Amino acid sequence: MENSRFLRILVPTLVGIAFLLIWEMLVRVKGVPEFVLPAPSRIWESLVLNFGSLMFSLWITLRVTLSAFVLAVIGGVGLAILFSQSRLIEGALFPYAVVLQVTPVVSIAPLILIWVGYDNVEIALLIIAWIVAFFPILSNTTLGLRSADHNLRDLFRLYGASRWQILSELLLPSAMPYMLAGMKISGGLALIGAVVAEFVAGSGTSTGLAWRIIEAGNRLDIPKMFAALLLLSALGIAIFFALTWAEHRLLRRWHESALKRES
Amino acid sequence: MNQASGTSLIDLQNISKTYDSGTQALQSVSTSIAQGSFVSLLGPSGCGKSTLLRIIASLVQPTTGTVSWPSTGGVRPADIGFVFQDATLMPWASVLDNVYLPFKLQGRALKDVAPQIMDALARVGLADFAKSFPRELSGGMKMRVSIARALVTRPPVLLMDEPFAALDEFTREKLDDDLLALWQAENWTVIFVTHSVYESVYLSERVLVMGARPGRILHDMKIDEPHPRSRAFRATAAYGQRCAEISDALRHDAGAV
Repeated sequence: MENSRFLRILVPTLVGIAFLLIWEMLVRVKGVPEFVLPAPSRIWESLVLNFGSLMFSLWITLRVTLSAFVLAVIGGVGLAILFSQSRLIEGALFPYAVVLQVTPVVSIAPLILIWVGYDNVEIALLIIAWIVAFFPILSNTTLGLRSADHNLRDLFRLYGASRWQILSELLLPSAMPYMLAGMKISGGLALIGAVVAEFVAGSGTSTGLAWRIIEAGNRLDIPKMFAALLLLSALGIAIFFALTWAEHRLLRRWHESALKRES
Repeated sequence: MNQASGTSLIDLQNISKTYDSGTQALQSVSTSIAQGSFVSLLGPSGCGKSTLLRIIASLVQPTTGTVSWPSTGGVRPADIGFVFQDATLMPWASVLDNVYLPFKLQGRALKDVAPQIMDALARVGLADFAKSFPRELSGGMKMRVSIARALVTRPPVLLMDEPFAALDEFTREKLDDDLLALWQAENWTVIFVTHSVYESVYLSERVLVMGARPGRILHDMKIDEPHPRSRAFRATAAYGQRCAEISDALRHDAGAV
């Protein structure tokens, strides 16, 4: 136990600190110009200096990401439930969900911006992030709803369960691990979608972290670029850990994937 | 002894089943199951014994023929106990919630039926495990939960589809004994599908020996040894002779194919 915790937390932390120290030292010793590679200490300075505006941008990106994620969960799970109730609907709609997924979102983004209008950029960002995030939830939940034990299905029929009871007591719990795996992928994709959307939207009223990166790049303010990048990574990591934690809480008592094994 | 009542609980008339693939699983099976009796369906894989059980449970529709329940006005009673080869528990639910399932699907509140659930768990020897999850239990204990779930509503009939086939021999013999004790105490009718000659002779009052391709009943054999039976029964000459007779009947059919 102790040993595994040491390996999981302490070792990566030490590696990170060593990496930062070497980076700092190399930049100072070699005199690398700041617009090529700023030292970690300069990035930190920039982060502190621009804290207010960066936090505001973080909030915008976070808001778009989380809204897109929540809507992706609602849309993905809702559509998957619809599919589970009717093979006909599934056959009719699933191909179009795939089309939406395989078309590179960057190529649709300008169109969405034109349709939604540049005065509603945040809604356009939301739509783009949603398109990227919703498919893994849809496909995983669809698979999960189909994976219920067929003997348990028979048992439910034997006891005269209604359609709703089969869905709520059998299909949805069976699909839970699949759904959560899909959500873990989608959480990261929602952030990627939000960032890509900001890049495409360019300027306007959008002032998320991605836009800060472009803006800082244009001004050759490389430390600020790194500072914004740092916050984006932190956001991605936070989303990942939050979803991993939720998955663990929900599955730890019963699902193979969440069990600890003595070895 | 239970068979003394003699009234028929289930009548099977001329049941045939042909699957869409063209496989004929059953061919004109007719028999009746007496109220309170312990009947085994015995046969090799592919003889249609599980299909027959599922037809009785109305999980599968026969291609021709009828299943009728004379004592309940012809139709299948709403309450029926079914035990699968695997325990078939919901892994996300506690033992208590698993046993609560039949009541829950009837729309009954947990607090109203909690005593029955605890009683069912006590009868299978798992009173202390209500809050455990299936993964925390051994294979034999999971099977006990499955049996508790099947008997919690006190159904008139218990259908068992090779319930102990996946368990080790010690566990299986223990569960066989427990099942017999429960059957005697409850006045159920049990239909027990198995591919073990020994298990069928040990448990049942009557063994329907089935043959494959197409599935049909070859022999209807009475095991008229008294209940309660104990492990000593397995060592008697009568037991050995019954097993030999049935094995011969099965071998004869296999040779003919």
